Amino acid sequence: MKAVQYYRCMWGIFVREALRFLHQRERFFGALVRPLVWLFIFAAGFRSVLGVSIIPPYETYILYEEYIVPGLAAMILLFSGMQSSLSMVYDREMGSMRMLMVSPFPRWYLLLCKLTAGTLVAIAQVYLFLGIAWFWDVQPPLMGYLLAFPALLLSGLMLGALGLLLSSAIKQLENFAGVMNFVIFPMFFASSALYPLWRIKDSSLLLYEICRFNPFTHAVELIRFSLYGQIGWVAFFAVVGSLLFFLAGALYGYDPARGLMSRKQGAG
Amino acid sequence: MSEAALRLLDVSFSYTKRPVLDQVSFTLDPGEFCVLLGVNGAGKTTLFSLITRLFVSPRGSISIYGYDLKHQSRKALAQLGVVFQQPTLDLDLSLIQNLHYHCALQGINPSKIADRLQLAMEEVGLADRAADRVRTLSGGQRRRVELVRALLHQPQLLLADEPTVGLDIHSRQAILQQVRNRCSADGIGVLWATHLVDEVEPEDQLVILHGGKILARGSAKQIMQQTGTDSVKQAFNHLTRSESS
Repeated sequence: MKAVQYYRCMWGIFVREALRFLHQRERFFGALVRPLVWLFIFAAGFRSVLGVSIIPPYETYILYEEYIVPGLAAMILLFSGMQSSLSMVYDREMGSMRMLMVSPFPRWYLLLCKLTAGTLVAIAQVYLFLGIAWFWDVQPPLMGYLLAFPALLLSGLMLGALGLLLSSAIKQLENFAGVMNFVIFPMFFASSALYPLWRIKDSSLLLYEICRFNPFTHAVELIRFSLYGQIGWVAFFAVVGSLLFFLAGALYGYDPARGLMSRKQGAG
Repeated sequence: MSEAALRLLDVSFSYTKRPVLDQVSFTLDPGEFCVLLGVNGAGKTTLFSLITRLFVSPRGSISIYGYDLKHQSRKALAQLGVVFQQPTLDLDLSLIQNLHYHCALQGINPSKIADRLQLAMEEVGLADRAADRVRTLSGGQRRRVELVRALLHQPQLLLADEPTVGLDIHSRQAILQQVRNRCSADGIGVLWATHLVDEVEPEDQLVILHGGKILARGSAKQIMQQTGTDSVKQAFNHLTRSESS
């Protein structure tokens, strides 16, 4: 296979993901409505209850809406990463996954292309959300929107790789509810998405430690710092480390010789 | 080519302790239309999963045109066209977008095979519906699209896993005829898995798979002679009953 063929394959996978997303309008609005509800209703309601003191990267007191926007951006990536990967659990989707797997390109390359394509689609949703939030007076510096891109990409890849890993191990679609209960909600709530970690520390030291070890916390902080033109190095290394770990697990899961795929099938 | 299109040697596989495939061996030559006949649960789909390298058998070997699937998997897979039992078309994409996606997965530039794409759509009588979403096509039309898509990159071996299940008699006949024509015209090997005995012609090569074991291999006519029966159905019943008892 030549380099140009690798490029064609990648581009084809990207175009397919983009077209699928554009054609599924319910998915598009669903992905956008969720964080907007949190921003317009939840944040407005809790503004007076949850005061936020001056913490990096913020240089002044901020409204609660401003605090939760990076967390909501990460939430879009989290749901997208889980949904796009777990959709493979559908029989129909399993079929299209099989199509991908019989391609003569290396399997790691195909999975990486699929993962990146899904992440780029999710990032487009994040920017749309940030655009709406701008009209809601959440206005980070313009340069922040540009600097946030690599942070969003890394975080999206990390969460997508986690979804891919789960999809290689989950047997049935019904287990998606389990993923919601045991992965998405705990990851989201036990993080710095909705409240700063120092506030959690005041309430429970154990919960604080759990939040600190939650990769989603680091994704949120990486996005938060980048939106304000800074790099959170601890968050950066935590996200990159988690990405490599989840990716290695996903590649193992989809490896035909050792992986988990064969345990999911039945005789036919 | 002198190499067998497909060669399986002592392939065994189990999901749990119970074996789903037990020392399966057979070869398929280029230009041969071979029917893999077995009831549901015989192990056909598992066998296809192994040949398409969805997972790997710890025992036995599989080679496609001489390329060992374990050690030269990419070269082996490049020879393959596959129609899976489950539909794999993207319902929300148009017919042409689906075909372009397949080209991408094979590393082919669609604009360089525009003629072949046009011919493929004409072959299934859908040239005027290239821009229509696949969701608007009938079940039979979708299956035929999957078939021409699997042949788009001109593979040397076509695997079809029960592609006619759930279709009416006319669609079934049309699809079967389409594959037989391509098999004889292009000289490609075809492994056609089915549980429908009426899809087998007396001249077809036949592999009867039952309970993960091969009960018979040869032309349908030979197998009928060996079992002293007058039809493939009788031969199949004869062999599977003797195996069960």
